[in-house]
Amino acid sequence: MVEQPSRRRPIIDLLEVSKSYQNGSLHVDALRGVSAQIGQGEYVAIMGPSGSGKSTLMHILGCLDVPTSGTYRLAGIDVSGMSESELAEVRNRRIGFVFQQFNLLPSMSACRNVELPLLYGGVGKRIRRERAIKALEEVGLGDRIEHRPSQLSGGQQQRVAIARALVGEPSLVLADEPTGNLDSKSAEEVLSLMERLHGSGRTIVLITHDQEVASRASRMLRIRDGQLLHETVSAGTGAV
Amino acid sequence: MNFLETARTGLEAIGSHRMRSALTMLGILIGIAAVILTVGLGEGAQVKVRSAIDSLGRNLLVVSPGSSSSGGIQQGLGSSSSLTLGDAAALSSKVVAPDIAAVAPTSQRSELLTAGSSNWTTSVIGTTPQWLGIRSRTLAAGRFFNTAELNSHANVVVLGSVTAQSLFGPRDPVGRTVNITGVPMTVIGVLSSTGSSATTNQDDLAVMPFSTAANEIFGGHNRASVQSILMEAKSSSTLSAAYQEANAELLSLHHITSPAAADFTISSQQSILSTATSISQTLTVLLGGVAAISLLVGGIGVMNIMLVSVTERVREIGLRKALGAPPSTIRAQFLVEASVLGLLGGILGSLIGAAGAVLLSSLVPFTVVVSPTAVAVSVGVAMLIATGFGVYPAARAARLAPIDALRSE
Repeated sequence: MVEQPSRRRPIIDLLEVSKSYQNGSLHVDALRGVSAQIGQGEYVAIMGPSGSGKSTLMHILGCLDVPTSGTYRLAGIDVSGMSESELAEVRNRRIGFVFQQFNLLPSMSACRNVELPLLYGGVGKRIRRERAIKALEEVGLGDRIEHRPSQLSGGQQQRVAIARALVGEPSLVLADEPTGNLDSKSAEEVLSLMERLHGSGRTIVLITHDQEVASRASRMLRIRDGQLLHETVSAGTGAV
Repeated sequence: MNFLETARTGLEAIGSHRMRSALTMLGILIGIAAVILTVGLGEGAQVKVRSAIDSLGRNLLVVSPGSSSSGGIQQGLGSSSSLTLGDAAALSSKVVAPDIAAVAPTSQRSELLTAGSSNWTTSVIGTTPQWLGIRSRTLAAGRFFNTAELNSHANVVVLGSVTAQSLFGPRDPVGRTVNITGVPMTVIGVLSSTGSSATTNQDDLAVMPFSTAANEIFGGHNRASVQSILMEAKSSSTLSAAYQEANAELLSLHHITSPAAADFTISSQQSILSTATSISQTLTVLLGGVAAISLLVGGIGVMNIMLVSVTERVREIGLRKALGAPPSTIRAQFLVEASVLGLLGGILGSLIGAAGAVLLSSLVPFTVVVSPTAVAVSVGVAMLIATGFGVYPAARAARLAPIDALRSE
């Protein structure tokens, strides 16, 4: 069954992380002292209703934002006080994003979309293309390499996005409502792909408000009013 | 990410918004075309004026009678013939005027020329053999008259090319006879065409020895009186010295003590040239200024469109940032976009400006000059302006927080 996270080398180590911001005259405490650890190779769902702070948590986990207080170590590196440029490099090397809206660039082929993280990572043109094709084959789109996003179905587009998240061999795949814009069949495809990736040893954090989607992960963190609730170990497919 | 990749990304952004990019370029394009055309017009006009004045002869000084007072009344320019052959002879002296290379007294009048059944009215000029050199003229056929013919009042004449053509058509005029006011003259030469289309046609004239003209054609009570004296300075640097020498000599010959009371006027070709040049330069600067403003407006257009582009592409910027593009790369991408728009606008503007110059040259009486320097400078300036106005939008794109950028719908 599932090992205890503390025994593994943690990829994500949050210690008393808080985030507050000013929204007009309104002071918002989006996160209040969140502490959590996610180990190498885990498949964790972070679940909560809208306004619970899960988006803020996802932004901090993804190094898109920095906490107001507390520390966040990603793969052992403290990223809490990093500059915008340093964070960009961390995102590039450590994190693969999957978004609800896919966020593919419409003017580029699937292959070139997948190449983007490697482009910013300074990888040469030929190797970029080779690795992008390999990543597309991994998500079952080896025959859609030169298709534009507009020529692909929603499910296929999300799989291109997943290939893009994988191509840089990141420490962490961060998926924000990856099935939110998909019909149930495509959603199932994406979720089983996630499970397959987990099976091959990837660390995946999935943010969702959907109990059914969250239950597919091997561990579930519930968030409400900016605080993590007790953890539940899912009875779903958690086997490594 | 190296510069080539950044440039490629910028170019792709331009390519994926063709209409908008074209419209942005249009502002720069019109500005550059306007600059090239106005500068070309100015330069063309200057070349034209210079060649028109040069065709009169280089380093030329012209003494005209005039401004003489008679009984306390100031009389108009050229109203009396105060200059004589004696004046011309005195100015020829190397002792009196060492900086004057050649002197040619001239008188001219419009006369009817007849040859067989053809007749033609042209200006008949009486002068000395020095005239040819001073006026920088050459002969197409035959020869010019010489000092011996001048001294012997020989009945010889040299015709301008237009005059010769009008009187003799295709036949060779040299050796034929032309009647001027009933006096038969032998044509000994034909002047080469100047190719100039100045207001007084330099190719329609008949030149003969001064003595012949004064005695046989013009007549009058004072046959030593001349209408003007042409002088050539030794070089353009001694022009001013030549002017001083001629002025002093003529004042003393005419017994005039105050230079303000001089009964003659000396004008230099340089003074005409510099006036004409400064006028056309002023016009060029004025028109160029207007064109520069239109270029500036084009630059503001680039900024405007780039700002719209940043706003419109907030999600793309956010995504690129999330995938690891540092602010500097985003900034570079937008700067490349702006500078490429400027460069393309500059190049297309130069082409249209050059095409416009060709078109305009057939409408104005001179060639519109498109100098490579003007083109190179304009293209450079277009790129600089576009890049300059792209700095602010690029900085805004670079500053966008990735979460705000990704959140926008």
